Amino acid sequence: MLFYDRMQFAFTITFHYLFPQLTMGLSLIIVYFKWKFIKTQSEHYNDAAKFWMRIFALNFAMGVVTGIPMEFQFGTNWAKFSELTGGIIGQTLAMEGMFSFFLESSFLGLFLFGEKLLGQKLHFLTGFLVFLGSWASGFLIIATHSWMQNPVGYEVLANGKFVLNNFGALFTNPWLWPSYLHNQAASLVTASFVVAGIGAFYILNKKNVESGKLFLKTGVIFGLIASLIVAMPTGDMLAKNVVKHQPVTFAAMEGIFHTEKGGSEIILIGQPDVKNKKLDNKIAVPNILSFLTYGNWEQEVKGLEEYSEDVHPTNISGLYYGYHIMVGLGTIFIGLMAFALFQLIRKKLYTTKWVLWTLVFMMPFPYIANTTGWYTAELGRQPWLVYNLLRTAEGASPTVSSGNTLFTLLGFIGLYLLLGMLFLLLVGKIVRKGPKPQTH
Amino acid sequence: MLATYVVLDGYDFGAGIVHFFFAKTEKDKKNITNAIGPFWDANEVWLIATGGVLFFAFPTLYASSFSGFYLPLIMILWLLIFRAVGLELRGQVHHPMWEAIWDKAFGIASLLLALFFGVALGNVVRGVNLGMVENGISTEEAHYFFLPLWNPTFSPQANHLGIIDWFTLLLGIISVVALTIHGANWIIFKTNSDINVKLKEVIFKLNFALLGLVIISIFIWHIIEPKPFHNFFKYPFLWLLPILMLIGLLGLFKVKTLKKDGLGFLFSTLFLVGGLASTVASIFPNLLPSTNKINPSLTLYNVAADHYGLSVGVYWFIIAILLVIAYFVIQYKVFKGKMDDVGYGEH
Repeated sequence: MLFYDRMQFAFTITFHYLFPQLTMGLSLIIVYFKWKFIKTQSEHYNDAAKFWMRIFALNFAMGVVTGIPMEFQFGTNWAKFSELTGGIIGQTLAMEGMFSFFLESSFLGLFLFGEKLLGQKLHFLTGFLVFLGSWASGFLIIATHSWMQNPVGYEVLANGKFVLNNFGALFTNPWLWPSYLHNQAASLVTASFVVAGIGAFYILNKKNVESGKLFLKTGVIFGLIASLIVAMPTGDMLAKNVVKHQPVTFAAMEGIFHTEKGGSEIILIGQPDVKNKKLDNKIAVPNILSFLTYGNWEQEVKGLEEYSEDVHPTNISGLYYGYHIMVGLGTIFIGLMAFALFQLIRKKLYTTKWVLWTLVFMMPFPYIANTTGWYTAELGRQPWLVYNLLRTAEGASPTVSSGNTLFTLLGFIGLYLLLGMLFLLLVGKIVRKGPKPQTH
Repeated sequence: MLATYVVLDGYDFGAGIVHFFFAKTEKDKKNITNAIGPFWDANEVWLIATGGVLFFAFPTLYASSFSGFYLPLIMILWLLIFRAVGLELRGQVHHPMWEAIWDKAFGIASLLLALFFGVALGNVVRGVNLGMVENGISTEEAHYFFLPLWNPTFSPQANHLGIIDWFTLLLGIISVVALTIHGANWIIFKTNSDINVKLKEVIFKLNFALLGLVIISIFIWHIIEPKPFHNFFKYPFLWLLPILMLIGLLGLFKVKTLKKDGLGFLFSTLFLVGGLASTVASIFPNLLPSTNKINPSLTLYNVAADHYGLSVGVYWFIIAILLVIAYFVIQYKVFKGKMDDVGYGEH
């Protein structure tokens, strides 16, 4: 019965997060374009801001319609979890709705339809408020997530209910800030790659070339900065948090089955064989993991064997791959964007076709990296809903049968396939139309 | 908050139903989508916010009702998605078949949503078998239950209840009629369509049906709840709520001669808010009544979150709601007046 509940949540959240991961980063780039327009009065920047806000709006609408099922599922499929922890995670989730969604949706409408009525300064302000709303939304979701990973500011009553006793602690949770910054930088990576990719496409396609150059340049600069921040310091801080609070998760992520005396190797490639506690086809570099984790080449990293099996993450292979795909792609992003910037400085970027093509084809990969990153976080928390306190199996709805859950899961799959196809159609239309001023 | 959501998304659904039944020309249709286009996703944010507040303030009620009403809730989500897709996609390809498909999707989804919301209200009034009592023994924890979509008898008094029975269906139909009127009022308020004259006639006629249905439902209410006016006799000021509803209902008969286009919308808002509030007042302090004698109803007092959490929540909630009101004032000020020419769906 648990299986379909988990599959449904995983499927709907994966699909949902394709949209906010673009809009959060993109809103920052839109604010940048609009700000440049006010500074330079060059219409190119204004066209760029309005073009990307049209893409934003479509993604935002998708985010809203796929976001409502996320909130509802806490009650429909995870009723016991909601009942026991709703007094705490309900706070941050309700704050998200009240503080950020209203801000975002109200000012998005004003930005899209109100430029003439508002004037340029106020139009910039509405764009800024959209950005603020979308980043506040991410913050409150990650505050919720962080409480599940590392519960703070609570007490447990005799009836098993978790109640809040320190509201402020929810926002000073040591898990929160590294996760938030890591995630926002990763969202900016997605947005930068999309902006750069569409720019490269315009240049290759020889249509909207001037806008294409602006997009490409902006995307590459933002992309390199964001990719670096994802790795250092935020990724590093987050990994150290995992080592400290969830050492067993860390061992599984890194694929460390056995504790090695004299320092642990870092595994680059290899397939975990969980049953026999080993990795096949392993390529590894000795002692690096000890250094990255503790700043000491020789310190040992505890392997999975040190922990009792009932606290092992339930899907060790999935966790290992999620983490390695994320890190591998992140490294490629830094390399690619650094090279693109190098070409930009040499004034060769706009004419180097293979780099342009690469940037076009790289557009889906930040989505993959973001998604596998989240799989790392979520699979890493298993077998717990609230780390070390409430098991996943204890959180499901007691009266909803697996047949009903499978029915709704299939329904979501069908509906989201339709939604996904139509989304691509619409994005294609906006991109084809290009950033030139509207005539209608 | 729920009332605000119903008033706001209610006109969206209503406009969708009007679109389906009464909009014949392309221009009428465009006017209707223009009137709701810039607002619908902001209106649905109210649903998210309402859900969130329910979640943190009444976690037990949230858990119990969302898992118990599993199927209709998920179906409402599907309909909301389907409806949004229809609204957003219709204008993207100019081909008669494409437009016809999405018109129908948008209209039918709107209609079903209006129906489902009324049915939901009916379920809350009628109550559910909390703890899933069979032969005098609870088979689940006292505040959990699950309802299938219907039972073979469609009776609100059967042993095994379903979501849809003749009582909840009646409230569903009232909801469809009331929201159609509400949506038509919104269109009249926000556009200068040729269709407006016809819509006023439609509202006038539908209002007779609404009046009749409301009277029938008050009689039937007695079968479900023997003393529906108990609270009203105890606290006479509560009579204000049904009186507001009645003012709204009677005011709607004047729709053809109203000087200001916004007044009709005001009347239908009064009807909806008054009706919802009267219903809540009637079952208070129950939030979800129990149909068995073993497990107690879920009331305002036994499902609330702990004291500290609620008291913190009140602070940020007041700040947030003031901000929300400010956004709405700004938004409606900038977009005041008729929306015929905003060109929604062509951006």
